[in-house]
Amino acid sequence: MAILVGKQTKVLFQGITGSAGSFHAKQCMEYGTNVVAGVTPGKGGEKFEGKVPIFNTVETAVKESGANASCIFVPPPFAADSILEAIDAGIELIICITEGIPVTDMIKVRRVLDSQTKSRLVGPNCPGVITPGACKIGIMPGHIHKEGPIGVVSRSGTLTYEAVGQLTALGIGQSTCVGIGGDPVNGTDFVDVLKLFNEDPKTEGVIMIGEIGGGAEERAAEYIKAHFKKPVAGFIAGTSAPPGKRMGHAGAIISGGKGTAAAKIAAMQAAGVKMAATPSDMGTTLKSMLK
Amino acid sequence: MNIHEYQGKQIFRNYGIPVPQGVAVFTADEAAAAAKKLIAETGNEVVVVKAQIHAGGRGKGGGVKVVKGEAAAKEAATKLLGMQLITHQTGPEGKKVQRLLVEQGLAIEKEYYLALVVDRDTRRVAVMASTEGGMDIEEVAEHSPEKIKRVWIDPAVGLQAFQSRQLAFGLGLSGTAVGEFTKILTNLARMFMEQDCSLAEVNPLILTKDNHVMALDAKLNFDENASFRHKEWEALTDLAEEAPTETEAKAAGLSYVQLDGNIGCLVNGAGLAMSTMDIINHFGGTPANFLDVGGGATKEAVTKAFKIILQSKEVKGIFVNIFGGIMKCDIIAEGVIAATKEMGLKVPLVVRLEGTNVELGRKMLNESGLAITAATTMADGAQKIVDLVKKGS
Repeated sequence: MAILVGKQTKVLFQGITGSAGSFHAKQCMEYGTNVVAGVTPGKGGEKFEGKVPIFNTVETAVKESGANASCIFVPPPFAADSILEAIDAGIELIICITEGIPVTDMIKVRRVLDSQTKSRLVGPNCPGVITPGACKIGIMPGHIHKEGPIGVVSRSGTLTYEAVGQLTALGIGQSTCVGIGGDPVNGTDFVDVLKLFNEDPKTEGVIMIGEIGGGAEERAAEYIKAHFKKPVAGFIAGTSAPPGKRMGHAGAIISGGKGTAAAKIAAMQAAGVKMAATPSDMGTTLKSMLK
Repeated sequence: MNIHEYQGKQIFRNYGIPVPQGVAVFTADEAAAAAKKLIAETGNEVVVVKAQIHAGGRGKGGGVKVVKGEAAAKEAATKLLGMQLITHQTGPEGKKVQRLLVEQGLAIEKEYYLALVVDRDTRRVAVMASTEGGMDIEEVAEHSPEKIKRVWIDPAVGLQAFQSRQLAFGLGLSGTAVGEFTKILTNLARMFMEQDCSLAEVNPLILTKDNHVMALDAKLNFDENASFRHKEWEALTDLAEEAPTETEAKAAGLSYVQLDGNIGCLVNGAGLAMSTMDIINHFGGTPANFLDVGGGATKEAVTKAFKIILQSKEVKGIFVNIFGGIMKCDIIAEGVIAATKEMGLKVPLVVRLEGTNVELGRKMLNESGLAITAATTMADGAQKIVDLVKKGS
């Protein structure tokens, strides 16, 4: 079963004719993802790669193709508008890859998201979601993944690849890997993904990767302590980061003594999460928890 | 990005937020002239000379002088200009004072704290107000959190007048000051969204002896993601406040933060770059920098990144840690080879490559003739570079 995406997912790409959008749409199609439509305003009627129909608006794309998921590659000045357009069209799963959306734009998007129940947003500034062997929506390298029982949820793209690479090298596959993104205001959070993994019969354990800044890891730890039934291995990036400096991700900053790695690690340990001592030990830490 | 207090106050003026009369100056003579003008205009001998650096705690650090008369203002300016001002936010080396703000003196009845900030937990802009003005707000939050009152702005309708009144009466304001406070906060909230702030802090906001509300300080941080719609920010940037290598890296589209260790790091992805620093620390080394070359970096950007690391005199070893997704390993190899060809390689280099086009990347590095130590995992690479640097020193 896995979570969020699978064989049944019909994917639409917003920004399919841009350089990043077209490259990754092709990669996803090669992986086996069912890409049913693209949207680029002004290019409606054309075909992508000779087969995927392109539409001017998400509304018509959904009507004509039956798409139920969207992957957004629209540049930052227009990305918030694209997310709102996808919500308006009733897309169930919106995955926004775009990095660099202004936080004031995301505050408004988040307000609209919270006022409805049909659409879920993953990202922005994330690698996307993959259910190995079934559906890849995003920019992660497909070949490092392997079908299996472990869920991965992370705020960081390349650290997710690192965890997946370690699991696959140990012969342990993944149910679904979800990158929730490194921005301060985003859509789906750790807790949302953990709830799905908790209910998913195929997922037997989880690797959760957080980083400094904000309180999302602490909230996840509370949820794990109260409700989560499966083993969780964890890692927090940024133990050595100095306060007040933005570490690449807009969300990765220690401010006012809050959001430190030490506080997050303590909260997760208190919830029974086994923390990897180094980022090289994420796979082995999870393995040590499996029967 | 950060800007100076005097620049923030100009933006306040544009939004109708009252601030003291003042003049930004670069020399002691200019400071004297500014003081003379202010004294003539206000009829008050008292002026305040304030050091302009991108850090808080300037008052406690000795960067704010309240003086009487033109000559005293000049003397204060002479002392401040060129000094290394050390505050709890500057680090032990302090920051060099190169600009001053000379302002009219005011008769203060009471000081308050007022700030707007993006609150990640509620995903809204939070307004914080406190009677503990002029204090370090983080200390207030820790020791007497009940003294900080908060409201959150609904982005659909904006800040409402009743919310401003809640805060105004909560602070104990009365009479016309309530209306003035409401007007100031309404304008601040509008400014926050229109100017794409990530923080707008007024510490202190004051009530004058004649019952007027005024912003005595202005600290604004902007959300760099919004720079595409704020071309005016370029003119507000003070390059003297940034580390030169960080400015250079930014121009090349790289995310770079200088640190005080001796192992240079070149990594793709923010999370991986941060945890590369962590793992170097774990094995007893110290990172010289955070450097994320990003996912879509070109050969030129990688070359630039590697040159920035090679330039540093502090760097005694380099660790390249790449997990290629969009980033192709051969591009990294090309950049590393191009940069070392130009600048030479005098320190140990450990390379760990994984992911897209890894075989090609490894082959290119092997055939380059560079003295490269290959690593199989992140831990292996970190351990190797820490050992090599220790041996070298």
